[in-house]
Amino acid sequence: MSRQTISDPIAVNDDVQGLDQFSTLTRRLMVVYLPLAVFVFVLLFPFYWMAITAIKPDHQLSNYREYSPFWVVQPTLDHIKYLLFETSYPGWLWNTMLVSVASTFISLLASVFAAYAIERVRFTGARVTGLLIFLAYLVPPSILFIPLAFIVFQVGIFDSRLALILTYPTFLIPFCTWLLMGYFRTIPFELEESALVDGATRWQILTKVILPLAVPGLISAGIFAFTLSWNEFIYALTFISSSENKTVPVGVLTELVRGDIYEWGALMSGALLGSLPVVILYSFFVDYYVSSMTGAVKE
Amino acid sequence: MAGAAPTRLSSIYGWLLESKNGLGLLFMLPAAAFLLCFLTYPLGLGVWLGFTDTKIGRSGIFIGLENYEWLFDDPIFWLSVYNTLLYTTVASVLKFGLGLWLALILNQHLPFKNFFRAIILLPWVVPTVLSALAFWWIYDSQFSIISYVLMNLGLISEPINFLGDPNNARASVIAANVWRGIPFVAISLLAGLQTIPQSLNEAAALDGATPWQRFTKITLPLLSPIIAVVMTFSVLFTFTDFQLIYVLTRGGPVNATHLMATLSFQRAIPGGQLGEGAAIAVAMIPFLLAAILFSFFGLQRRKWQQGASD
Repeated sequence: MSRQTISDPIAVNDDVQGLDQFSTLTRRLMVVYLPLAVFVFVLLFPFYWMAITAIKPDHQLSNYREYSPFWVVQPTLDHIKYLLFETSYPGWLWNTMLVSVASTFISLLASVFAAYAIERVRFTGARVTGLLIFLAYLVPPSILFIPLAFIVFQVGIFDSRLALILTYPTFLIPFCTWLLMGYFRTIPFELEESALVDGATRWQILTKVILPLAVPGLISAGIFAFTLSWNEFIYALTFISSSENKTVPVGVLTELVRGDIYEWGALMSGALLGSLPVVILYSFFVDYYVSSMTGAVKE
Repeated sequence: MAGAAPTRLSSIYGWLLESKNGLGLLFMLPAAAFLLCFLTYPLGLGVWLGFTDTKIGRSGIFIGLENYEWLFDDPIFWLSVYNTLLYTTVASVLKFGLGLWLALILNQHLPFKNFFRAIILLPWVVPTVLSALAFWWIYDSQFSIISYVLMNLGLISEPINFLGDPNNARASVIAANVWRGIPFVAISLLAGLQTIPQSLNEAAALDGATPWQRFTKITLPLLSPIIAVVMTFSVLFTFTDFQLIYVLTRGGPVNATHLMATLSFQRAIPGGQLGEGAAIAVAMIPFLLAAILFSFFGLQRRKWQQGASD
C-alpha cells in the first residue's frame, strides 16, 4: 500500500508546511539551527584558518600572546608575492590547468561516444559494457599507480605532463560515461526516431539532436572531471620528478615544505590560491555540480 | 581478385556504419582504448608485478608467492592492515552518522537552504591535499589553534601533540577524513530524503508515531537503497585513501597511521621495491571486493525482504 502512496504524484506535491506546526521556536533552535551552525562552523573553519594565515605577517603567526590568532592586525600580501615571484608556483598552476583541461576534454569526448553507444545504439553487450564501465570507476588509483608508473616509464613519458594527461582519463572516463548515460536516458527516444525517419545519420543525430539537449549533462561532467583532475595527487606524485612539471598539490607539498622550518604563510597561500580555480568554477555551476552528484548516486 | 579487397573493405566500412554492433564498436573505441591501456592492462600488470622482485630501474624475475610470504611475516604490513580497517570503519561510521544528521537538518524548512547546501559542499570540492595542509597547520604541535582554544578555556595545560603520538595521530587523520567526507554523504542522502513524500510522515504523525518511530520506520527503510550506494563509495574511497595520510603523517609516528595504500607507495617508490609495493596493493583487492559485494547483496536482501518485485 505504501508503494502506491510513493508513486502518487499528488502526494509528493503535498502542502509544504508539513509538520512544522508541531515544533515550537525554541525546539527548532535547539534541534535545527544550533547543530547547523556547528556543522557550518566546523566545515568552514579550516578555510578561514587557511585564508587568515595566508595574509598574516610572519611575526604574528606564532605570537599568540600579543596578537589574537583569530584575526590579522596588518594583513600582508608578502606570502602571495613570494609564492608568485620567487617559487615555481605559477608554473605549477599552469601545469595543473593544462593537464586538467586536456584530460577533461579527452574524457568528455570519449565518454559522449561511449555513453551514446551504450545507452542509445544498444549494441549486443551494451548492458555488460555499462556495468564494466561502472566497475572501472571503482578501481582506485592507489592500486594502479605502481604498474602505471612502470608503463609510463617504459613508454618513455615519465616526468612529463603527457603522462598525467593520458592516465587521468582512467578515472574520468568511467565517471563521465556513467553520468552522461543517465543524462541521455532522460532525452526522449521519439526525437531520435523522428530524426532517423527524416533520414539523419547517427552522427547527425548525435551532434544535432542529442548533444544540444545534453548540454547541462556535459557541463556537469566537465566540471566534475576538471575538479577530479585538479584534485589528483598520487599519479602526479609518482610520475613527475622535475619541479617544472609538477602540479599544484604536489609542488606545494614537495617543494614548499623544507626541512623543519614550515613557512606556514607561504604554504597556506599556496593552498588558498590552488583551491581558488575549482572553487570559482564550482560557485558558478553549483547547481549542476549538486544535481549531478546526487543524480549519479541515485542512478 | 583485385576487386575483392576494396569490396571487403567497404563492406567492413558499411558494417561499421550501418549495423548496431558496428556502430557501437566504433563509438566505444576511444573509451575502450583508454581503459584497456591504462586500467585493465595495469591492473593485470600489477598482479604480475606482485609475483616478481622488480625494483625501480631493474626488471625483475618471477618469484612466486615470495612477496606475500614476506609480507605475511611483516608486522608493519599487518599494522597497516589494522590501521586501514580501523580508519575505514571509524571514519565511515562517523561520516554516515554525521552526514545523515546534516542531511536531516538540511531537509527541514530553512531560509537560504540553497546557500547552505552550496557552502557545505566546499570541503568536498577543494583539493584534498590543499585542505589537508590546512589541517596540518591546525594540528601543529606548538601553535595548534585547537590547543590554544582549549588552553584558554583551561581544559588542558599544555599543547596537544596531535600528530606525534600514535593514538592522537590516528584520531587526527580520521577527523580530517570525516571532515572531508561529510558533505558527500550529506548531500547525497539529502537527495534521497527529498524523494520521500511528506505525506507519509504526516500520516504516521497523525496515527501517533513519535519522531523517532517515524525516522526508523519510514525514513530509514525508504532511504536504504541510496544509503547502500553512498556508503559503498564512502567505504571504498576511505579504504584506498592516500592523500590525507601522505600530507599529515606519511604513515608516522612509528608507522601508526600507515594505511595499505601509503605503505604500498612507501615500499614501491621511495623504497624502490616495485614488486613488494604491488603485492601490498593487490592485497587490498579482496577487501575492496568484499566491500562492494557486501553493499550490493545487502541492498538486494533489503529489497527482497520488503517484497519488491523489481
